[in-house]
Amino acid sequence: MNEIAAEDYRVGYTPETGEVSFHGTLRLNGTEEYAPIVDLLDMVASSSQEKLSLNLQALDFLNSSGINMLSKFVIKMRQRGDLQIVVRGSRQIPWQGKSLKNLKRLMPSLELLFD
Amino acid sequence: MTEIFGDFEVGLPASREFLTIEFSPSSLPIQKLWKNNGLSADFMADYFATFFPTEEESDGREVAHQAEVKDAVSYIANELLENAMKYGEADPTFSVSLTLQLHKDRLVFLTRNSISTVDRSEFSAAIAHIVSTEDLGSLYEEALLDESGKSGLGFLTMIMNYGAVLGWQFEGTDKEGLSLVTTMVQVAV
Repeated sequence: MNEIAAEDYRVGYTPETGEVSFHGTLRLNGTEEYAPIVDLLDMVASSSQEKLSLNLQALDFLNSSGINMLSKFVIKMRQRGDLQIVVRGSRQIPWQGKSLKNLKRLMPSLELLFD
Repeated sequence: MTEIFGDFEVGLPASREFLTIEFSPSSLPIQKLWKNNGLSADFMADYFATFFPTEEESDGREVAHQAEVKDAVSYIANELLENAMKYGEADPTFSVSLTLQLHKDRLVFLTRNSISTVDRSEFSAAIAHIVSTEDLGSLYEEALLDESGKSGLGFLTMIMNYGAVLGWQFEGTDKEGLSLVTTMVQVAV
């Protein structure tokens, strides 16, 4: 399964580019509802070597449970230690400028790029 | 018994610009009502953004822009509603309310919901920790590792990402084992 889609959001993995892209608004209710996205990220991580990109440039909103989900994934990748994580954000979406730097704090080697 | 944590302004003067949303958290299953949190938050965000200049209109002045206000309101209002819904479903006779007031120099969010005595002691311990910490960064990492879904991460992100000032007031009710909690979030604009 390379894509999870619902009315408000879409999360998809493109194997050719090694990128997981997030679109829309993610305001799911807690860990349980985020589980399918966590599974997708884990699946991508286990099949990735060297580099994995998360593209958030079309993610308009993310609630704190979603921030929790992404942060936990980044901590997991820090512990694994052999994968370069790249996060692409957008300056046009205010929450990203405020919140994504916290991911880099959790994993200093994470590459944070803004368009 | 009334108890106050953090920066809670009891005698806050009324504002002429405000919106209030009130609902019963038990009127529908929480999975169905959940969507209304985002809808309500986005409506409040759009409504209050109108009172601020666009980036072009601000002409380089140091004032909050529409896009920033919209982003802050939609994030904070949604988090407050999510919290109120999680805790407030304990008793169907008390409604949940969210008021957003526009003051001269700040936005003030007020949510009010019921909370069971058990949750109250857990919740007040968590917020006492947030209010007294001198190391938000460590508390943030701790909250990320919490699995309970009641880690306070929403409050921590309001402080860290939006510079919000938080306060809480707990009051007793006539009902055994049930309190009311009002959360006040202030953001300078």
